[in-house]
Amino acid sequence: MNISSLNLTAIAPQIIIIITALVVLLAELFTGRKSLLAYLSLLGIIVAAIASWYIWNGTEQRLFAVPMFQTMAVADGYSLFLNLVFLVTAALSVLASINYLVRERINHGEYYALLLLATGGMMLMGSATDLMTVFLALEILSISLYVLAGFNRADLKSGESALKYFLLGAFASGFLLYGIALIYGATGTTNLAAIVDFLKGTGPMRGTYLFIGLGLLLVGFSFKIALVPFHMWTPDVYEGAPTSVTAFMSVGAKAAGFAALGRLLLYAFPTLLGDWVWALAVLSVLTMTLGNLTALAQTNVKRMLAYSSIAHAGYILIGLIAANEAGMAGVLFYLLAYAFMNVGAFAVVIAVGREGEPNLELSDYAGLGSRQPLLAAAMAVFMFSLAGVPPLAGFFGKLYIFSAAVQAGFVALAIIGVLNSVVSAFFYLRVIVYMYMQKPIVEARPVLAPPLALAIALAVLGTIGLGLLPTPFLTLAQQSIAMLFGA
Amino acid sequence: MGRKTIFFSNLREAGKPEQTETGKLMDWIANLLIPLIKSLILVIGLLVGFAYMTWAERKLCARFQLRYGPNRAGPFGLLQPVADAFKAIFKEEAIFGQVHSKVIYVIAPGISLAAALLAFAVVPVGPTINSFQVFGFQVPDISLHLAADVNIGVLYLFAIAGLGTYGIVLGGWSSNNKYSLLGALRTTAQLISYELPMGLAIVSVLLLSESLSLVKIVEKQAVLPFVVLQPVAALIYLICGLAETNRSPFDLPETENELVSGFATEYGGIKFAVFFMAEYINMIVVSAVTATLFLGGWQWPAFLADLHPLIAVGLFFVKTAFVLFLFVWIRASLPRVRYDKLMKFCWKFLFPLALVNLAVTAVVVALLPG
Amino acid sequence: MELALFVVLAVIAVIAAAGVVLSKKAATGALFLLLNFCTLAGLYILLNAQFIAVAQVIIYAGAIVVLFLFVLMLLSPGKEESQDRKPYIRVFAVFLAVLMLGEVGYVAFTGVLSGTPGQYTPEKIAEVGNVQAIGQVLFTDFLLPFELASVLLLVGIVGAVVLAKREL
Repeated sequence: MNISSLNLTAIAPQIIIIITALVVLLAELFTGRKSLLAYLSLLGIIVAAIASWYIWNGTEQRLFAVPMFQTMAVADGYSLFLNLVFLVTAALSVLASINYLVRERINHGEYYALLLLATGGMMLMGSATDLMTVFLALEILSISLYVLAGFNRADLKSGESALKYFLLGAFASGFLLYGIALIYGATGTTNLAAIVDFLKGTGPMRGTYLFIGLGLLLVGFSFKIALVPFHMWTPDVYEGAPTSVTAFMSVGAKAAGFAALGRLLLYAFPTLLGDWVWALAVLSVLTMTLGNLTALAQTNVKRMLAYSSIAHAGYILIGLIAANEAGMAGVLFYLLAYAFMNVGAFAVVIAVGREGEPNLELSDYAGLGSRQPLLAAAMAVFMFSLAGVPPLAGFFGKLYIFSAAVQAGFVALAIIGVLNSVVSAFFYLRVIVYMYMQKPIVEARPVLAPPLALAIALAVLGTIGLGLLPTPFLTLAQQSIAMLFGA
Repeated sequence: MGRKTIFFSNLREAGKPEQTETGKLMDWIANLLIPLIKSLILVIGLLVGFAYMTWAERKLCARFQLRYGPNRAGPFGLLQPVADAFKAIFKEEAIFGQVHSKVIYVIAPGISLAAALLAFAVVPVGPTINSFQVFGFQVPDISLHLAADVNIGVLYLFAIAGLGTYGIVLGGWSSNNKYSLLGALRTTAQLISYELPMGLAIVSVLLLSESLSLVKIVEKQAVLPFVVLQPVAALIYLICGLAETNRSPFDLPETENELVSGFATEYGGIKFAVFFMAEYINMIVVSAVTATLFLGGWQWPAFLADLHPLIAVGLFFVKTAFVLFLFVWIRASLPRVRYDKLMKFCWKFLFPLALVNLAVTAVVVALLPG
Repeated sequence: MELALFVVLAVIAVIAAAGVVLSKKAATGALFLLLNFCTLAGLYILLNAQFIAVAQVIIYAGAIVVLFLFVLMLLSPGKEESQDRKPYIRVFAVFLAVLMLGEVGYVAFTGVLSGTPGQYTPEKIAEVGNVQAIGQVLFTDFLLPFELASVLLLVGIVGAVVLAKREL
């Protein structure tokens, strides 16, 4: 009885995050100041980020990309880059939450603990190399998010959001699990490396069960990352959940889903490429188009951002479909960019909002440009970036993904993507039009709390920074996916 | 071999040679007939045990209260249980129209009793009696426990304990009566809560015994019974045992004065008697398991047990009887606890205590090899 | 002998499963489910998987069905069921059930499951012991999933407290 490849330090970032969650949970007993817990969480996030960096660049090269826990997980470039995305998302969300929770009277320590546990789950999804780990990590993430969505217990909408998310999420988990079971039946293993070996051994064999299993797996993931037609829950859940939670899950859960899906499809099942690529292409087109067209009709900003997040999942999916290095690097870059701009946009929504969140309509943003010039400018940056206007982060994300699609021969897909971006520009720019060209209806001046301001400032910095200097980050992304294709 | 045989082949033990007709017959006898006879003996033994347990309890309680107890039917009232049985059987029973489901109402006591009887199957009563000759006839080895010595004995006890709840829950629910429902809810909450510290207490024993088989656990105690090494676990187990069997001071599910007998309000006659039986047989099981896990079962003290298997069996019964006496003693001495205190006691005292005990045991076992 | 036991258990299991679907009362359905779980446990024992059998009874029969019954007892769903059920849903359900049955039958009788069998043959399990074998695998090969499951349970507990506790 021995454990040959425990390699505990390689999973240090995840462990640090989960331990921080436990510390936060306990610390609430001893402190009355809940903001302290937020800063504790931030500290944990920063330490985890440092640990990730250390694994990547540290002198101890033996940590990097070595399978751990009997090849249950791995800390390779791919997972470490995704750690960055998740930690950025979590840090920005924590900053944006501090005063929001006080305002909504839901300031409990469990919020931060659950947020951290969800982050831990996301990071584990990025590093999982076994279907079992993928599933458990996904459940940790999902259950934390169900609870977070219903965290505002006094608010009926929040409860509705939690219940809808839970029911459909559990359903999706069922699909996923059936898929995993069938894949296990077909290959005799849940380990991705072993599946690769198995598929090499059988050549281009397409077992019926493997095929159905993969299909169910895709359906399960499609629910989780809200691809049309599995997106029905998204608008209600995103609208009902506390805004800071929406910010966190719209980016984090999606990125985690793409992380695991990317590793699964490109590392374990590349031999079945021809089978799944068309299914995904159809999903992608539907997702982009429907997400954008429905977003056009929304007047509630939170709901509009929910539909926009559906559309973005469609764009990101194109990178997966391209299934080449440029595409995957594009996906990672896009996820990072999306983390900054989308959390930033929701942070502005928090800043404009009032207790009980009545200020979510577009008209509430009228005249923001004169009332709160800086806030309006930040929102404009996020909207431009989400629409894909150069030279912001969103533009380069789209650029990389679309060009990868063209490289891989999916010209039509790229064209549909570009057309969709044009459509999306309408509703993003409408916010800007409201902010700068409409007379204010509400005269109240939103007061910007320092942590929230910091979150928005950091998000703006990230959005502009990634736009002005995309190359170092793209190189990083390219390095990090080398592992995926090297195998 | 056709495809069908491939499908079913794993049901048989792999590599078994083709059986002859007599071999098959022996297989049936060994695997079906003998266990059947054994279980029959066990069931009858337990039912008799139950009957005289009620007698003993009444006698003992009476002595504790300076009364005589039953002394009319037979010498020392020894025929009292028989009289009680006749009374219960011939009592007229009405099932009133309000019950949720007649079927469930009727089978609920049966489920309780069945679970109680089933639990005893894995309790090792004594060592194997080696084959001996009677009047020139060779008697084969007789193993004194019913079920094969599989390595899951302890887990099996838990599984059956879980099933036991159903009798009470279903009985309370199908009675369609507020008192019964409340009694059933209380019972379930109590049973599920107390199962946790009980399980943890047993796990600390398992750390010492290194096996889940009750026979192996007994054999490990040849030198020293585990109650010496695990006094805390033994105490926790005993307390939880009281709660699991709804015995005083934890007989909240019944509480005559507030719930008018709880889940059993609507029951009468033989159906009530069956619930009653289940409770007492559960008590016997808990006592027997206590004797097995903590008092060395039939194995300790070894110099006595080694004399003859029957003496070993006697040791086991003495220990069981001792624990049963404790149960009665506690009932005669302690008042009932309040319901919220009961739950608080479990979750805020017993459970952490059992956890600490487990952690300490684990550390000690790891540090002291052998 | 094993075959006879298998047939008995299997027949009861199938009847119980049908009872779950066909019974009009939810409580009866839950009890049929309980019976089904118990027979399944018996089948596991026939397959030499005693630990799984006991776990099946402890977890499903001992905990989950009790929860079902709790809900039924406290909410006591009455007559209002099957009001809004549309007829095509029933057809669709039957279709799905037949499809699943066909799939399972296909696997069972053609053996298309192409996976490689693991290292734990019945002989080996009998040698090291059922629980020991599971314990060893659980704490070596599957250590990470095992620990993750504990985190998952923690999330569940925290979540339940957050959503249900009156005063946070």
